[in-house]
Parts: sequence; C-alpha cells; structure tokens
Amino acid sequence: MGWKLEPRREESRAMMLAAPVIAVVATLIAGAIVFTLLGENGPGAVYQIFVAPLLSLNRWQDLLVKAAPLAIIAVGLSVGFRANIWNIGAEGQYILGGLAGTGVALQTLDLEGGWILPLMILAGVLGGMAWAAVPAFLKTRLNVNEILSSLMLNYVAIQLLYYLMRGPWKDPEGFNFPQTAMFSADQTLPMAVPGTLIHIGVPIAAALGLTAWFLMVRSITGFQIRVIGLAPDAARYGGFRQASTMWLAMLVGGGMAGLAGVLEAAGPFGQMVPQFPTGYGYTAIIVAFLGRLNPLGILLAALVLALTYVGGESAQTVIGLPAAATGVFQAMMLFFLLATDMLVRYRLTRTTPAPARTAPAAAAGEPSAGSGRPGEPPPPAGDRIQRERTEAAAL
Amino acid sequence: MTPRLQLSGITKRFPGVVANDAVSFSVAPGEIHALLGENGAGKSTLVKIIYGVQRADEGGLAFDGRPVEIHSPKEARALGIGMVFQHFSLFEAMTVLENIALGMDDPPPRRELEGRVREVLNTYDLALDPHRDVHTLSVGERQRIEIVRALLQKPKLLIMDEPTSVLTPQEVEKLFETLRRLASEGCSILYISHKLHEIKALCETATILRGGKVVATCDPREESTRAMAELMIGGSLKDLTGKDAALTGAARLTVAGLSAPGEPPFGTALKDISFNVRAGECFGIAGVAGNGQNELLSVISGERRDGVSGTIAIDGKPITGLSVTGRRAAGLASVPEERNGHAAVPAMSLAENAILSARSRMGLVGGGIIRSGAARRYAAKVIEAFSVKATGPGAAAKSLSGGNLQKFVMGREIMQDPSVLVVSQPTWGVDAGAAAFIRQAMIDLAARGAAILVVSQDLDELLEMCDRIAVINTGRLSEPMDVKGISIERVGLLMGGVHGAHAGGDAAEKAA
Repeated sequence: MGWKLEPRREESRAMMLAAPVIAVVATLIAGAIVFTLLGENGPGAVYQIFVAPLLSLNRWQDLLVKAAPLAIIAVGLSVGFRANIWNIGAEGQYILGGLAGTGVALQTLDLEGGWILPLMILAGVLGGMAWAAVPAFLKTRLNVNEILSSLMLNYVAIQLLYYLMRGPWKDPEGFNFPQTAMFSADQTLPMAVPGTLIHIGVPIAAALGLTAWFLMVRSITGFQIRVIGLAPDAARYGGFRQASTMWLAMLVGGGMAGLAGVLEAAGPFGQMVPQFPTGYGYTAIIVAFLGRLNPLGILLAALVLALTYVGGESAQTVIGLPAAATGVFQAMMLFFLLATDMLVRYRLTRTTPAPARTAPAAAAGEPSAGSGRPGEPPPPAGDRIQRERTEAAAL
Repeated sequence: MTPRLQLSGITKRFPGVVANDAVSFSVAPGEIHALLGENGAGKSTLVKIIYGVQRADEGGLAFDGRPVEIHSPKEARALGIGMVFQHFSLFEAMTVLENIALGMDDPPPRRELEGRVREVLNTYDLALDPHRDVHTLSVGERQRIEIVRALLQKPKLLIMDEPTSVLTPQEVEKLFETLRRLASEGCSILYISHKLHEIKALCETATILRGGKVVATCDPREESTRAMAELMIGGSLKDLTGKDAALTGAARLTVAGLSAPGEPPFGTALKDISFNVRAGECFGIAGVAGNGQNELLSVISGERRDGVSGTIAIDGKPITGLSVTGRRAAGLASVPEERNGHAAVPAMSLAENAILSARSRMGLVGGGIIRSGAARRYAAKVIEAFSVKATGPGAAAKSLSGGNLQKFVMGREIMQDPSVLVVSQPTWGVDAGAAAFIRQAMIDLAARGAAILVVSQDLDELLEMCDRIAVINTGRLSEPMDVKGISIERVGLLMGGVHGAHAGGDAAEKAA
C-alpha cells in the first residue's frame, strides 16, 4: 500500500488554478517550520511577512509600489514563456532600461518641460529592447540558447552600471559617492494618488496587464504565441515563423523590463545608484509562473511577491529576521509551485491491489504499445468524452 | 484438439466506454486467425490483454488448455506469446543486433546471439544484415527485426498488429510466406488488420469485432470482402461517385526540378522532382514511408524553404518565393500526415483550429484582432458539412477521435475552396465510413475544378481515387502512370526501389 502518481487524461483546470494557492499555503507552513528549526520565531516570521503588512494602510502603498515593476516585467516575460522562449535576462534588461532613462535625464538636467519624462520612458523601453535583442539575434542567426545568453547579459549589465556610477555618470557634487545627480521635478514620476507613495507606474502596470490579457486572447499575435508554445509544428503549418516570434517575444519582454527599470529610476529612486538592481528581474519569473502566465493572474501574483519584499523588510526591524529571509520565502514559493504543478498533469492515487485502476500506467512498460502515432488510438483515447472547453482554456 | 489460445468472456472497461464486451474465441495450433475491425473496435485492447500489457476486468484466458493469468509482457513471452507491434521501437543509430539485444529480457553474449539471429534468418529465409545501422534500413527490413525478436523466443502464438500498413506489395507477399511457414510448423498466428483482401489471402478464420463485441466469426476465404467490410462497419458501404466524370483540364499545380535537403537527422533529400496536376485531376504519390513524402509536402506547403531549389507554380504563377500564408492566398491548401500537433493544435478548440489555417481566406481575422464569432461560425459550418462528431466549435481538438479530427481538418481545408489541395495520408487511422466520406469530399472538390495531390502509403486508396499515380523512392519521383490498366507489380517494384528488370526482387535483397 502506498501512493503513486498517475497521468491524467486531461490537464486539470481546477488544479491549474489551485496550484498557486496550494504553493503559497505550503510556503507559509514550511516557512514557519524552517525558521522555528533555525531558532527564530517561525510563526511570528510568517505573520510579520505575510499578514502584518496587509493590516496597515501605509504598507499597502509600499505593496503597490513594489508590485508595479514586478507585474510589468512578469507580463512581458509571460509572452515569451507562453511561446517556450526563456528570457532569463529581465534583470539586465531592467537595468538597461533604468540606465537609458538616466542617460536622457542627465542630458536634460537643466531643461524644463513635460516632454522630458516621456522621452526618458521611451529611452528606457528602447534600452531594454536593445539588451534583449542580443539573445534574439544570437538565437535566430546562430541558434545560441537564449537562456544562457540572456542570463549572462545580466552580469554584463551590472558591471556596466557600476562603471557608469563610478566613472562618467558620477555626480560631480556628490561627495564622491558612486551615484548620479538627483533627477529634477520634470524627470520624476508624478503621483497617481496625491499625498501617497503611489506613483503613476502603478496604474500603468494595471493597464498593461489588462491590455496584454486582451491581446493574448483576442489578437492574432497572441494566438501565434500560444500556438508556438503548444505545437511548434502546427505553428509552422499555420504560417507563423519561429524567428519572428522569437524577436517579438524578446522585444516585448525586454521592452517591458526596460519600462519597469525607467519607472523605478524616475520613481522611487529619483536617481541612479549601484543598488538599483534588486532582483526584480528574477523575482518576476516566479511572478509569471505563480500567475499562470496569464496577465490577470500575474497582477495578483505580483502583489503576493511584493508582500514578501515589504513583509521581509518589516520583519527585519520588528523581530530581527535576517534580510535573506525574503529570498528564502520566494525560493520556497517557486519550489512548491513547481512541485504542485505536477498535479495539473498527474493525479495522486493509492496503489491498492485492485488492478483496474492501474491499467493505463502499465502500458508505459511497453513503449511501442502506447506510441502516439495516428494509427490506433491508445485505449483511453477511445473513450470519446466530448468536453466543452472555453476559448480561455489555453490561458 | 486443444486450442492454443482460448478467450472466454473477456470484458474490459475504461471510464465511459466498454472496449471489450464479453469477447470469446479460440485459436487452434498452427492456425492463422484474423482479428478484424475498425479503429476503436477494441482489437488493440484485446491483444494488449493477451500480451499482458493490460488486464481484463472479467473473463479468462486459457493457453494450451490451461487457464492462465498474464500480468506482464515478460510473462506472456515466457508462455510462448510473441508480438510484433505496428509501430516499431528501434534505435535508429544502433545496429540490428544491438537493437535485438536491447529488446531481450535476458540477452545472451553477443557472439551467441548473433549465431541464433543468423539461424532464424536462414531458417525463415529473411534477408537482413545483423550489422547494419537501423537508419539505413527500409521499413520492411525494420519489421523483420521485430519479427526476428519475436521468433528468437520460439513462440507458440505470434501476434501481428497491422503488419502490412507500411510494406510494398512484394514485401507483403514475402511476409505472408514467412507466416505460412511458421503456421505449418505449428505456431498459431493472430493477425490484426483491416485490409480484407490480405485476410482473404492469408487467414483461415476471422473474428470480426465491432464496438467491442464479436459480431461474426467466418472463414474469410468463403466470404466476399464487401460482406466482411459491412460486418465491420455495421452498415452498407457506399461506392465513390463522380470519379469517371472528372474532367481534366490545364495544369494547375506545376512542380519542376524540385530539390531539397532531407530533414535531419535521417531525412530523405528530394532529388529533381517534376510533375503537374491538372484541373479536375487526382494525382497520387505512392511510396513506402520515409522516402521523402514529408519533405515533399512541407516544401510544397511552404513550411520548409531553406535550401529548396526548383519551381512550384499554381496556374502558371510561381509560388516558390511565397510564405505559407502567401501560398494559401494564392489558392493552395495542405493537410500534413500528422493531425495532432501539426494539422491541428490538440489543446485548442475547433474554432481556434479554424483560425490556424483558414484565417485569411475565410476572413477570420480583421485588423490583427480575431473575429471569434466568424471563427465559431466557420468551425460550425465545417462540423455540419463534414458530419464531425463534436460538441461544437468550442470542443478541444484532442477531445475528438482520430477519424473525426481528420474529417474536421479535411473539411477546414476543402471548404476554403482551394484551387490546389495537397494531402498526405488522408485516411490514416480513420475508420472505413469516415475514410469513404473523406475520399468522396476530395473527389467532389476535384469535380469543381481543383487539382488534388494525394500522398499515401495505402496503394488501394490511391488506385481507388486517383487518375494518375507516380511512385516516390529515396527522394526521386517516377514517371506518372495512368491508373487505368496500371501494373500493380510495376508499382510495387518502384516502391521497393527497383527500376530495372529484377522481377521479384525487393529493396532488402538489392541491399543485401
């Protein structure tokens, strides 16, 4: 008597939606246990990180401000992930977006006008795109794995940032601190809600999420991306080219990461500093998967991950939890998400002596018996249950 | 005489369907027994139960008069049951001998194994070099590996699952000789097929399954193929109509000097292929799988354009430089061999699958935005016109049976009213009723003036519906032949790659 995983006939939609919830709950429980074993106050840590911030109105402002860049980056990444294009370089593209915007800002420090901020934002988007264009070019021309090339460019971006901060872009009046001059009022994001920390990046993130959702469901480009991800051969048959999808996904991902970067630079930071990269580009990968690669889900997931940042900070001050706790919780969340995702395609069954239940799995022992050629369908396929699935099924 | 194998009341249920319903029959020693039925009739489930891959919910098996329970293929082999599957499980990059050793439960040392393999090859007069790499072998030779694997166990019962679907007529004859010889030595053979004339030629008894039940047991040598076919489908067969009236006019699809590299790693390069298909004509390309059919189809559809030389033209206008979408706009429609994941996206709805290939010709997209209403309406029209069994345009493609999905795919292309339709294996794995429907729909399209190119391994299908046939072998296309008065033997030789006068030779002997 024991447990075993058995393939499902169809992916479970209920489990697909339940998996992120299960992962978050499992993270809370496992987190409490781990920190207790480490000699900390485990339940207290979980409370400080995941509950306390929700009870304070001021913390909600922090939450939205932290969630905005995560959501923007993750929405961009989800486009590529849907097409099985693995852009791991959002961190670098975020930095380049921030640097490109800063470049414009430093050239326009003495100028005034409403055109400056839009120009900075445009530069930020282009900066992120340019950084993402490198892996896209290498992939389409030389078939270089985009996971490696985009990831390695993150380190190049960080070094570029350090160089600019310590060299050409250092504020001449900054007492030799490695940072740029503060941006002017025309170079800083206006607040969306006056008197709070909530800058216009927050509504921009929400609007982008909704737009992306609409385009993925209703536009032919979104359709192209979904088909490439689900069935590459069918995409070729449908006249969608792999290379153009690669470019599209990388440029959208890079552009959105760059946008998040310039919004952070012109918003919360108000200047460029070496501490600019805070791992948003990596965390956004977790956000994208926690949100099921669905732009609406991503908006929610961004709030959850933002909670770990905000709560992690307050846990440091209130109960003296180490700063690394945030990372531990984020990593556990990804771990549990990947684990529970297994249940979308498999179900957990008890192995009992009753033979009938185990029959479909037994076919796996004889590879040629269940081969997926179009000839004879394997027996479970003979079960012709017609199941109505909505258009959103693929989301 | 004690039957070699006796099935009594075998019942197997899957959620929502009874695959086998109280199936009983017996096979005598030395008998060649046909198991006949359409796809989905329950043949595969039944043999999987006999071979220990699956277990029956009810009923029992007796082997040589002794009741047995078979829990695994290993136990089946120990009893003396051998099986040759329809789809081979071979490693292309390894030799014949290595593949045989990998498939054994307890392989002997290499040298001893080679001796035993050679002994089997000699005894049954099978042409096969144990040291050849599998990727260099023809399909017939690959099947021989599977047969040798089974024969090494000295089986008392050999199960053959659709063994001839990929063989040339000469290879089929050779296979039958081997099987008759085995039977004469007392080995029983359970022969699964839906090709009736083969069963008439080979088998002594036939058990016909429909919907999981035994509907008849007969002597196939006494019955007409038509009577057996009607028992199989449980209705009357319709003949194709309108073929004689097909008027053939000017060339619509012209292919000249077409060459292209093979698909890696073991694909076949196309070499200087030229032919044309006229308005109102069905043009067939016969050949054994893997001789460049997939390459030819993807080069014509525009899915592969790298390294292609030569010209393809529709109504005299070259389309060689156009993309897939451009070629569709120029009037080309195509259906690749593989339905799941190539002609259709399994996880998407039928309406979305309509968008995949019909979006520009049927106006399913406007200004970059999908017209979901139009897509659903077009999918519904296809479902209706091609009597596709589905809950509606929202049904996922993977929820359809193979035959119904193929009907949907064919309907999606045909209802765009293309001027040229290029199809590979239009009725592969499709039941007889749906196959007849699909063939009729193609002939009707031709009658409206379209040019139809059919690539198929099923020679009978091509002879039934085509006006001219050419044979593809190792990437070269033979001269087209008129179907009226065609020599089957000549087609078979061309399929086997013999262009000279070596009557009776096949690819294997030429290679050996």
